[in-house]
Amino acid sequence: MSFVTATNIFQSYGRRPILERVNVSVEEGEFISIVGASGCGKSTFLRLLLAQETPTKGEIRIGGEEPAREPGLDRGVVFQKYSVFPHMTVLENVVAGESFRRPWGRFAGAEKRAARDRAMETLTRCGLDHMADAYPAALSGGMQQRLAIGQALAAKPRILLLDEPFGALDPGTRLSMHAFLMDLRAETGMTVFMVTHDLEEGFKLGDRVLVFDKPRWDPTDPDIIGATITYDFDARNGGIPYQTIEEETHVLHPA
Amino acid sequence: MRLINRHPGIVLRAALIALPFVLLFIAYALGSQARLAENPSDKLMPAPGKIAETAVRLLTEPDRRSEKILFWYDTGASLLRLTLGVGISAALAVIFGLLIGLLPYVRATLAGFVAVVSMIPPLAVLPILFIVFGLGELSKVVLIIVGILPFLIRDLSGRVLEIPREMIVKAETLGASSLVIALRVALPQLLPRLIQAVRLSLGPAWLFLIAAEAIASEQGLGYRIFLVRRFLAMDVILTYVIWITFLAFMMDLLLRWVSRRFFPWTEATL
Repeated sequence: MSFVTATNIFQSYGRRPILERVNVSVEEGEFISIVGASGCGKSTFLRLLLAQETPTKGEIRIGGEEPAREPGLDRGVVFQKYSVFPHMTVLENVVAGESFRRPWGRFAGAEKRAARDRAMETLTRCGLDHMADAYPAALSGGMQQRLAIGQALAAKPRILLLDEPFGALDPGTRLSMHAFLMDLRAETGMTVFMVTHDLEEGFKLGDRVLVFDKPRWDPTDPDIIGATITYDFDARNGGIPYQTIEEETHVLHPA
Repeated sequence: MRLINRHPGIVLRAALIALPFVLLFIAYALGSQARLAENPSDKLMPAPGKIAETAVRLLTEPDRRSEKILFWYDTGASLLRLTLGVGISAALAVIFGLLIGLLPYVRATLAGFVAVVSMIPPLAVLPILFIVFGLGELSKVVLIIVGILPFLIRDLSGRVLEIPREMIVKAETLGASSLVIALRVALPQLLPRLIQAVRLSLGPAWLFLIAAEAIASEQGLGYRIFLVRRFLAMDVILTYVIWITFLAFMMDLLLRWVSRRFFPWTEATL
């Protein structure tokens, strides 16, 4: 039984179909990159995974549970922008990852101190411990996204959804964010879905790359056909997983 | 160099800020001098010295009949009405703004209604307020509320709707209930905007206060101005006008300070 299953998903806005017949199942701990041209429904698919929207037809289940009707604790998300709360300090943002589920959204007393200690650990892992008391506005773009990922992970979601998380970052920062995300993933073994424009990024980070596109093109009415998953690449080892030689070859390697 | 790129230095800037005030004063002094030269008992434009004299008398000498210094008595009465009116409006506006901005059911019910009610000219319903709430303090406070509350609600609910959807969804994925989203995500981001909105509505609030006081009152800054108008006591009127302007300006300054002091995170953002 797969961890995340999407069965026969259709999504249309008004009469315009966006997604058609999307079927995919994902194992626990897989990193799925989602790529495709603009307007091909990859962000729509992420919103469906997030349960921010409900599909017109079909259903998405996580761990075999009933399809969710609104976003909740089992799904963590990082958007390209606006993923952290500007009115809270960096530390408070991470604490919010744990405290927002409480009736008043706050911790008190010893619990609060423990949560702050845990949040400090998360910040150290994100390399943000020196900025704990700053407001997000004082952080660079890369730091803000690291904070957003740390905050999402503090809530311990079952799957992590990333919507072009590094789209607004410069190339150098993007590379260091890749390393950060890979480390974090190796540590937590989290199931991740990442929408990206950048094919190279998709293949570098993902175990699988899903390509969204329209399967057919109607020249008289291009909008009449929705997109679906047209390719499902195995992206391990840089996209060439079967080139790994499994047996010992007894060839002398120069040291 | 283009005009848009030229900036005055510190000294010149200070001089330029003072310039319109000085010009206004000189124009008044000249006008007053010309009129007084023609007719020494002219009351319309008293000399600046006379106004200063009257101001000192108003600020320090108690009234013969009531033994109170009416100036401070009027100031207290007006400020109490104004703070009550603006304070109650602000509190209600925050509650309704959050409800309308966050809950689609409340928005569907109230947004249109508030939009229509905000078009009622408040002064047109003043007689109704006097009939319903009597001529006492209540009707004056209610006039201020009727005058500025619809504007505040519309402004604040719009601001709540401007909070990026991503941020709300993020809070949902952290397990926040509607209440937690309202109290910990929307409300803190709304408060600095509330201060901006209150700053903007202080002008109308003063307008409604003085209008209500002018029509039916026993004390208050507006009442006094309209009372002494009968004697053409321009020196008293001008003293009161300068004082009201000063009070309004200080309130604006205070709110700006509060905004900067308590919401440091707004400075660098956006």
